[in-house]
Parts: sequence; C-alpha cells; structure tokens
Amino acid sequence: MTDATHSDDISKAEPARNQWWDVWDQFKTHRGAMVGLIVFVTIVFGVFFGPFIWTADPQAIPPVVDMIKTRDFRPIYTVLWDSGAKVSWANPLGTDNLARDNLARLMYGGRVSIAVGLVAMVLSIVLGALIGVLAGYFKKLDGPLMRLTDLFLALPLLPLILVASLLFREPLANTFGVEGGIFVLIVALIGVTSWMQTARIVRGDVLALKEREFVLAAKSIGTPNRRMITRHILPNVMSPIMVSATLGIAAAIITESALSFLGFGFPPDFPTWGRLLNDSVDRMVSYPERVIWPGTLISLTVLSVNYMGDGLRDALDPRIRGR
Amino acid sequence: MILKSALWGAAAAVALTPMAYADGHEGERGRDGEVKIIYWQAPSILNPFLSGGTKDVESASMIIEPLARYNEKGELVPWLVDEIPTTDNGGVNAELTQITWKISPGITWSDGSAFTSADVKFTYEYCTHPEGGCAQVTKFEGVTSVETPDDLTVVVNFDKPTPNPYGPFVGGESPILQAAQFADCMGARAPECTEQNFNPIGTGPFTVTEFKPNDVITMAANENFRHEGKPAFASVTFKGGGDATAAGRAVMETGEFDYAWNLQLAPDVIAQMEQGGKGTPVAGFGPLVERLMLNNTNPDPALGPDERSVIKPHPFLGEPAVYQAMSLAIDRPLLVEVGYGQAGKVTCNWVPAPEAFSSTSMSCDTQDIAGANKLLDDAGFVDSDGDGIREVNGVPMKILYQTSTNAVRQDFQALIKQWWSEIGIEAELRNLSASVFFGGDPGSPDTFQKFYADVQMYANTFNGTDPQAYLGNGLCDKAPSPASQWQGENISRFCMEEYDALHAQLSETAGIDARAEIAKQLNDMMVQNGGMIPLVHRGRLSAHANSLGGVILNVWDSELWNVADWYRIGG
Amino acid sequence: MLTFTIRRLILAIPTLLFISLVIFLLLQLAPGDPMAQVPLTVPPEVKEKMREALGLGEPLHIQYIKWLRQFFWVEPLNLLDTWFGTEFAWHWVPVDSSISESRLAVLAEEGRLRDTAEGQEYWSPELRVISWQTRSPVMEIVAQRIPQTLWVVGVAYIVGILIALPIGIYSAYRQYSWFDNAGTLVTMIGFSVPPFFSGVLVIVIFSVQLNWFPSIYDTTLVVDDWESFKRQINQMFLPVMVLALQITSQISRFMRASMLDNLNQDYVRTARAKGMRERVVVMTHVLRNSMIPVVTVIALGIPSIFGGAIITEQVFKVNGIGQLLITAIQANDLPMVQTLTFIFAVLIVLFNLIADVLYGILDPRIRYD
Repeated sequence: MTDATHSDDISKAEPARNQWWDVWDQFKTHRGAMVGLIVFVTIVFGVFFGPFIWTADPQAIPPVVDMIKTRDFRPIYTVLWDSGAKVSWANPLGTDNLARDNLARLMYGGRVSIAVGLVAMVLSIVLGALIGVLAGYFKKLDGPLMRLTDLFLALPLLPLILVASLLFREPLANTFGVEGGIFVLIVALIGVTSWMQTARIVRGDVLALKEREFVLAAKSIGTPNRRMITRHILPNVMSPIMVSATLGIAAAIITESALSFLGFGFPPDFPTWGRLLNDSVDRMVSYPERVIWPGTLISLTVLSVNYMGDGLRDALDPRIRGR
Repeated sequence: MILKSALWGAAAAVALTPMAYADGHEGERGRDGEVKIIYWQAPSILNPFLSGGTKDVESASMIIEPLARYNEKGELVPWLVDEIPTTDNGGVNAELTQITWKISPGITWSDGSAFTSADVKFTYEYCTHPEGGCAQVTKFEGVTSVETPDDLTVVVNFDKPTPNPYGPFVGGESPILQAAQFADCMGARAPECTEQNFNPIGTGPFTVTEFKPNDVITMAANENFRHEGKPAFASVTFKGGGDATAAGRAVMETGEFDYAWNLQLAPDVIAQMEQGGKGTPVAGFGPLVERLMLNNTNPDPALGPDERSVIKPHPFLGEPAVYQAMSLAIDRPLLVEVGYGQAGKVTCNWVPAPEAFSSTSMSCDTQDIAGANKLLDDAGFVDSDGDGIREVNGVPMKILYQTSTNAVRQDFQALIKQWWSEIGIEAELRNLSASVFFGGDPGSPDTFQKFYADVQMYANTFNGTDPQAYLGNGLCDKAPSPASQWQGENISRFCMEEYDALHAQLSETAGIDARAEIAKQLNDMMVQNGGMIPLVHRGRLSAHANSLGGVILNVWDSELWNVADWYRIGG
Repeated sequence: MLTFTIRRLILAIPTLLFISLVIFLLLQLAPGDPMAQVPLTVPPEVKEKMREALGLGEPLHIQYIKWLRQFFWVEPLNLLDTWFGTEFAWHWVPVDSSISESRLAVLAEEGRLRDTAEGQEYWSPELRVISWQTRSPVMEIVAQRIPQTLWVVGVAYIVGILIALPIGIYSAYRQYSWFDNAGTLVTMIGFSVPPFFSGVLVIVIFSVQLNWFPSIYDTTLVVDDWESFKRQINQMFLPVMVLALQITSQISRFMRASMLDNLNQDYVRTARAKGMRERVVVMTHVLRNSMIPVVTVIALGIPSIFGGAIITEQVFKVNGIGQLLITAIQANDLPMVQTLTFIFAVLIVLFNLIADVLYGILDPRIRYD
C-alpha cells in the first residue's frame, strides 16, 4: 500500500518504465527469493489444485470391512527399507488410523492452514504497523495507543477466545455460513491477539527515525504528515515488519490448531496442518510420516515466505536496488 | 504386532506370578524405599469433601480412609470395622432405618491419638454443614442423625427405610476426618483451613510430608498404621500434571514412574508403549458407559432462549424408526477396537455393571446398514429431493453431533458420521473444550446440559454398586431448563410416565433380586424409547511398572485402595 | 528522562487498575464453571451449594472490590507479617457458632478475644486471595511455582539471547553466506515447529531411546550440593533446549534484520572511511543503532518468563507458573487467573517502560518530553 503511492509518483515522471519492473528485476537477482517463490507457488498450487488431480476424499472412511484392511497404511517409500511394510499405491502417503488418505488430508489441510496463516498475518501486520507508526510518529497518540497495547498484551488469551466465540460465533455463522464464519472468527482472533509485538517494534524504530536528518530535512521543506509516513517512515521500518510477518505465519498456523483443539476451530473431521501434526504426536514412533509431512510443509511454507520477504525487502530498498 | 505384544504380556504374567509368591513380600515397614505414582490430572486439595474431583479423592485415599470399602469385584469389605453390618448379623435393623458400625479396637490416627466414633460423627456434621458446600453431601442423603453410644460404636439413622444403607462412611468419597484437626474448619471457615486441607491426619498407610497443590505430593509411611509390616514403601512421590500419553510413557517406556492412572489412549498407542517393556497396562470395568444422548426436545436455533432445547418434540429424533436405525448403523465392535481395545466392551445397556443389574434383553454387536435403511424406508422417511439426505415430514435429517475434545471421541465422531451418511442422515460435527462442555455455566451455549445440538456423546457412571440414583437421571422432572438454571441430570430430556412410576417402585423395593429386576426394566425402557444409544462399556486402564507388585485395579473405589499392600518385586 | 519515568510510573497506576477491571470483566463474561472438573456423579444441587460456598453468588462489583482490597491491601500487609512477624493483616471478627470451645479457650489464653457491645470478637488474619481449586492463598502457590519457572524459562531465555545475538550479528554481517543460510534454515524450522511436537520429539529421542535425560521434571529436587546441581542441570536440559530454540529463532531474526538495515547506512561508510577498525564499526556503531527492535522484543519477552511457557511446561511436567495458569483457566479458578494475569500485566507495563527508557539511552535523540 505504501509503495503504491511511491510508484505512482515515479511512473508519472518516467512513463516508459514502471518502478515495479525495477523491483521485480531486483527480486529476480535474489536467488533465495526466487527459490522461496517457486517453493511457495508449488505448495499453494499443490494444495489448491492438487485435489482436482488427486480426488480422494479427505473425510471419507471406507465401509467397515475395508476400513480394517486399509487403515494405518505406510507411505509407499517405506518399502525401500522395510519390504514387509503395509503399503498401497492407492495411498502414496499411507492412510491414518481411520483409513483416510493422508495425501488428500494434507492437501485439504494446506488450503485452510495457508489461508488462515496468510490472512491472519496480514491482519496482524497491518494493525501492528498502523498502530506502531501512529504511536511513534504522533506524540499525542503515543500514550493512549501504547497503553492499549499494554492492555492487549495483558489479556489472557484463552478467556478472550471463549468470550469472542460466545459473542460472535453464531452471528458470523449466519452471515458467512458455518465454515466461513469459523474462518472469519479464527482469522480475526489470531490477528487481534498478535499485533502488539509488531506495534511495539515499529514504534521503537519510528521514534528513532523521526529524529534522523533525512526526516528532519523532509519535514523542514513542509512535507505533509501523510506523505512523510508513506514515503520516509514506512519504507525504513520494512525489515522488522517483514520479520514479524514471517514469524506471524508460523504462529498463526500453530494457533489455528490450538483453537480447533479447544473446540473453537473448524469441525473435528476437517483437516488442517496444525491439527494433523497435533493428532499424530501420540503415534510419532510408529508412524513418523504423519508428523514429518505436516511439520515439513509448515516449515517449508514459513521458510519460503521468509526468503521471499528477504528478497522483497532488498528489492524495495532504493539503496540496494541498482547497486 | 498386537499378537506379539499380547504374547509379551502373557509371558510377563507367567514370569511374574510365581515371583510374586516366591518373593514373600513380607517384612518390615518401609523396606522397599520409594514408590512413584503419576496422575495426569494434578491433585489440588487433599480434602475430598471440598473438591469431589477424582484426582483429589484418590490421592487423599492413601491418607484418610472410610469405615468400609468396595473391593475389585464391587463387594463391600470391612476397612476400619470388624464386619459389614447387615440385617442378618443385626447391624441393620429390620425396618432398614438404622445401621450400626462397630469400629475395630486399637485403630489410631497417624498422630498417635485414638480413632473413635466421635470422629465419625464429626465427619457427618462437617459435611452436612449448610454453608460448607460439601461435595459428598449426597452420601449422607436421608441421614437424620449419627449417634455414638460408645467410642467404638456408630449408629446412623435414616429418615425412611433405606434398602442400601451403605452410603455414609463407605468408599473413597466418604472418608473419616479427624475431629480434633478439623474442629475449626466447619462451614464457611473451610477455606481458611489450608494447613488442614493440605495435610489431613488420617488412618491410612501414608502421611503427607509436603503438598504442592496441582503439582506433587510427597508422603511417608504412617508409623502408626494398624497393620504390621505395611506399607512396604517408606515414601511416595505422587506427581500430577501433563497428559495421559506422557504418564504412560513414564511408566511403560522410560520406567521413571511406577504407576500411571487412567490412560485414556487409543489401543495402538498403548500397545506401542507396552513394547518399551518396563510396565504393564491393567484394565478394570465399572459401570462407565460411553453413549450418544438423543435430544428429545427441539434444539432449533430459531427458537428463543426459553424454548430452544426445552419444548418437545424433536423434529425427527423421537421417531422409533429413526433412533433404531441410527443405532443399527453403528459398528460397536469396531468402535471398541479403534478407541478402547482391552479397556472397552460392546454394550447396549445404560447400566452395564454390576452384573446383577445388567440387562441381557438386547443385542447390538452387529452393524446392519441395510436393515437400518429398510427401517427408515418402511417408516416412509425417504430422500424425496435427491440430495442423499432423507426427509421426515419435510424436515431433512441433518444432525448436529457434539462432544468434548478428546482424540478417541473425535475418531468416534468421524466414524459414526460416515455410517449415518450411509443411511441418509447427515451429521455436522462439533468438539468443545471439556472445561466448557462439562461446566454448568448457564451463560454458555456450549454446555452438555443446555444440549444445543441433536446428539451428543460423553460417558457417565455411578458410585458404588446400586444404580437407583443413577437411574433417577431419566425422571421427567430432572430435565434441565431455564427455570432450573439449566441444572438437571436428565440430559436427553427423556420423559415417560411409566418410567417415573417404575422408578418410584424401585426406591421402595428391598432385596437385591427384586431391585435388579426393576433396574433392568428401567434400563431397557430408556434405551428402547429413544433416550440414548449406548456405545461402549468403558473400563479404566492404568499401568504399573513390572517391578511393582500387589496392584489390584479397583474401579468401584479409589484405585489406590490397597496401596498398603504394594511392594517392590525383587526389591 | 527521570521526570518522564516518574510520570509514566504514576500513569501506570490508573492504567493497571483499568487493565485489572477489563481482565475481571472478561473472566466473568467467559463461559466456564469452577465445577467443571467435579465428576458427573455429583448432582447439580450439590454443585450449586459448592458454588455458593466459593462466593459465586455475590454481585459482580462486590467480587471485584473484594479482590482489589485483598490484592492491594491484605496481600502486601500479609507479606510484611510473614517477614517481620507483625500482625498488620489481622482484624477483629465477631465470634459465631463455627468456633469450637477449645479454640475459644486458646484464643482467650493468647489474649486474642475481646468483649464488645455486640458480643465477643476475636483477633484473626484477614482473608487473602483464595484459590477456588485449592482453597489456599493464591500468592503462596505462586511463590511455590516461581523457582521452577525461573530455572527453566529464565535460563532458556538467557541461553536464547546469548545464542541469538551473535548469530544475528554474524548472519547480517555475512549476509547470504553459508552460515547465514544455515542459520535461517535452523531458526525458521525452530520457530515453525511447535513445542507440543518438538518437546515430545526430544523426549522420544533423548529420554525413551537414549535414556540420557528424564522426561518428567522433579519439582521436589533441592539443589544444595554438586550432585543435586548436576541432576538439576540434567532435568532442565530438554525443556531449556526446546524453549531456547524458539527464543533464539525469534530474536536472531530481528537482530539480523535490524543489523542489515544499519550496515547500509551512510554513517557506517563514514566510519569506515575515517579508518576505524571494522570490529569497532560493527560492534559499537552498528550494533548500538540496531538494538532498538531487539530491546523491544526482549523487553516484551521478560514478562513471559514469569508467565511461564505453557506448552513446554505441560510437556515436561515442569509445573511452573504457565502450568498453574492453564490449569486454573481449565478449572475456572477465577481468583487464581485474575491474580496471575494481573501480575503479568504489571510486568508488561513495567518492562515496556524500561524498554522506552532504554531507547533513550541507545539513541539520545529520542525525546519523550
């Protein structure tokens, strides 16, 4: 949002070349960022389009006789070291203890986890950056906004979730449907309870930036506050925001599973990565694949976002770009 | 793998049994050093009258004791008395209004003072104090007075003939407190007595050395314990907290602890732990039943707060064909295999134990999807709009199915949802945190008493061996409603005049055979008329280290009832 | 800076009072019941009696004022009493039927009984904040829990910071070197793997398979000699490892990002051009200017040391403050939750103030007045 204004100004001056192309060029030269992008796109593509190719139902349990036979299959690669393993080509990643297909569950689980992780992260970052910048930049707002931050930091999370769920679950379910309502509730809850760290960090940085020469210079030529913030302050606090964002995705995916464990998340037969991981911890020794796959996917998503964030930050930094 | 572990278990049993005898576990008190017990719920107080939580009752049972206990078969055994009073030995009068306990002479408290009838009488007064909020007050229901003719005689008088006079002072929930210690802790003063509540003086095999609430209790052998050479252990570490998996692991895989309580884990997880080779799971069966409660009222959210889950009938769950088909579609043996293993049995009964009270009129161990479909077809409940869901009088058979959060329950939900979908019933699942679901907060829409769902699953049981009070959970006037602040035990809102009448008859009937006959009829009435669908008769599964001898799992009383007899094998 | 600190400290009082009210209302509004853990075999009428005995029937404002008085007045006085053997937190209470004859005799002997116009009164300690689960003073349990929380969470925090700062600095200084990439990989995996999994994983590897460390923390262990100290280190190792990984991941990322920002600044070039040694440039100039976000994160983290690490404590049975809080929430022990959360709030306000003061020291241009 900040760079939209930024680029508009420049694109007027230089109609031939949009600034975003510069950003993209710089981004492309960043090897980590490109790898991150490819991994991330692959994961997103896999979970959103994978189910059209691999059409197994993640919730369907076969009839009783089949279920006893097809439950607890190991992944197909287990045969490599254990020829006696119970495997089947119909379930390349094996089945769970109720004979549901692990691959299908991972794909469906990824949809929710990635969506929750990204949306909740964006919400928390936007809230945190907004409050942090306002508090750091405007002295009058600093006191009230930071006391509000203290309040939110102090609130016990569990009772807060209970109250929110009590007040909003039914109205949201009526507006957005059962699953849509739960999605909105979860995303809002995670966002609203995790912006405080970002706000404190951004404010600290802004307090220091505000006294730097280039800001004082910009101020002295009468730059309005709005432009000061979007052009001078925000670009300079991007790196802590990016870090918060990557850490925020991981936290959101895990928090989602904690919420569903408490009974405020999606219905219990609805897979998400966090829940798959949580449910499989007890059987970690017998069926390591059930924790390794969701665990790896969460880590890969976070890693790829992290590298993309690194690249994006470098690409957005005019000092680095073109160097 | 299962066969292998079973063989291991059998081998271990064969190997251990002779050792137990050869070992001659006799000797002086405290010879076997320390025993370590882990409960994944941590005890928060050692006064069971103020808490009622199982963890608190059982930890306290090592320190304070009742006059008589139930043994592992559910039979009464004298504990601090010489014999169980009955009408035959004159301990219970002919009108069944009075019971006389004769305390064994020579019993002392752990501080060395004599245990007398005054302590017993004090316990009655302590628990029935109107401001005390005693958790076990139902044990004293109907008691008009407790008399103490002499130091060793306790006479309990009831207000009416009581066929089962073994409520007060019997079982782990009703132990005796020392009058001298608790004299200033009556009624509203109970919370000021931290020292007393954390360190009760008892007659049991152990005394408290240090109590860290919700964490750990350290205990030492009671030097004044009445049995020579017991307990074998000089000290106990009673750790609380964590989860069942960790507790099972600490006993069976790492061997850090000797005894783990109530391992509610899937059978494959238990089997995997057992391969650690350090411990053995043991199971025992009380009357605990995992069941589906069917809502007999209408839980439609469109109804106002005064009508939702209050007004009858349910749009379709009241139809016999519907609840019979729902039950037929369930494969109970599979549920047992997936969820409980050796700690579960198929049951069609609400009261599955004791055996005398368990009805044998129904059978439900085979799944019959076709039969269930036929039942619904014959009743005319067909899928008229082609969406795969049947309609009853135009209402699609969509069910909200809720339960508390617990891995096994979520597996059951998924399985049953699948089976019901095969007979044209669609279930939406919901799981709720146990502390909300089982909490009685009238402000919360998610409690099991409010039952804002069509079907809910949980387990319930009763204390002791007489199900009369438990069967009272089916009486019309026990249904929760806004008028009763949503309190009440009749969760399914089942109501039948015949049932109420028969229950009244039960409360006036003496003689175990006649009582059992009526109890069975009540059980059948409830199950056959759409009150509930029993699923699994659940056992208690605990684990002990292979080196710990003398463990007899008892589900009718505290699990630690015979801790005085525990010993170290080869120790 | 001093006037700013004093002003903020004074302002903290109404802030904290407001926070305590919000927490109180939130807890009241949250569905839940202290009787949730009582077995279903206990009938509802009895549960209702038990609730009344806990004082649940009283109106909200009375409950709140009672808590305020107990927390801010009775508890501090009680602390003085235990330290100096005084009786500040005692008062005269009318004698009622619940006091036994023998007790009255003892009281009379101690001179703690007096006659007034209304009847007899006796001298007794005032009621402190009492937990509903244990019926004992909340502060005593908190005091009991602090050692193990400090041992485990505190040590993990220090270890985490000590590892994170060098990693963050060096990663930034050698951006995209193999060290930086390895660091990124480890820290990102470390942060995205939740402790409910990593904790159990290390238990399975190190306790079950290798048998090196215990899986259950012994809170009764008294450290008084070398042997017990070794045992303490041994049992702390796994939880500290799991926690420190999370803390390291977080702090090192912020350290790295902030260092990177500053390494490109003009003043670094100037300093180098002046011929300053690289070590001085990086460790003094860049580091100092990069510390603001790191100080913020550390300051936000210190209250959470006292708050304990809920999941890690549960997994390793450390039974510290975190476990106390979660069991209290599950059992709906409102006085306990309220007190713990409020102590937590005090620490948050305090450490955020400290962070603000540190900003001024790190960057003297920052002015609050």
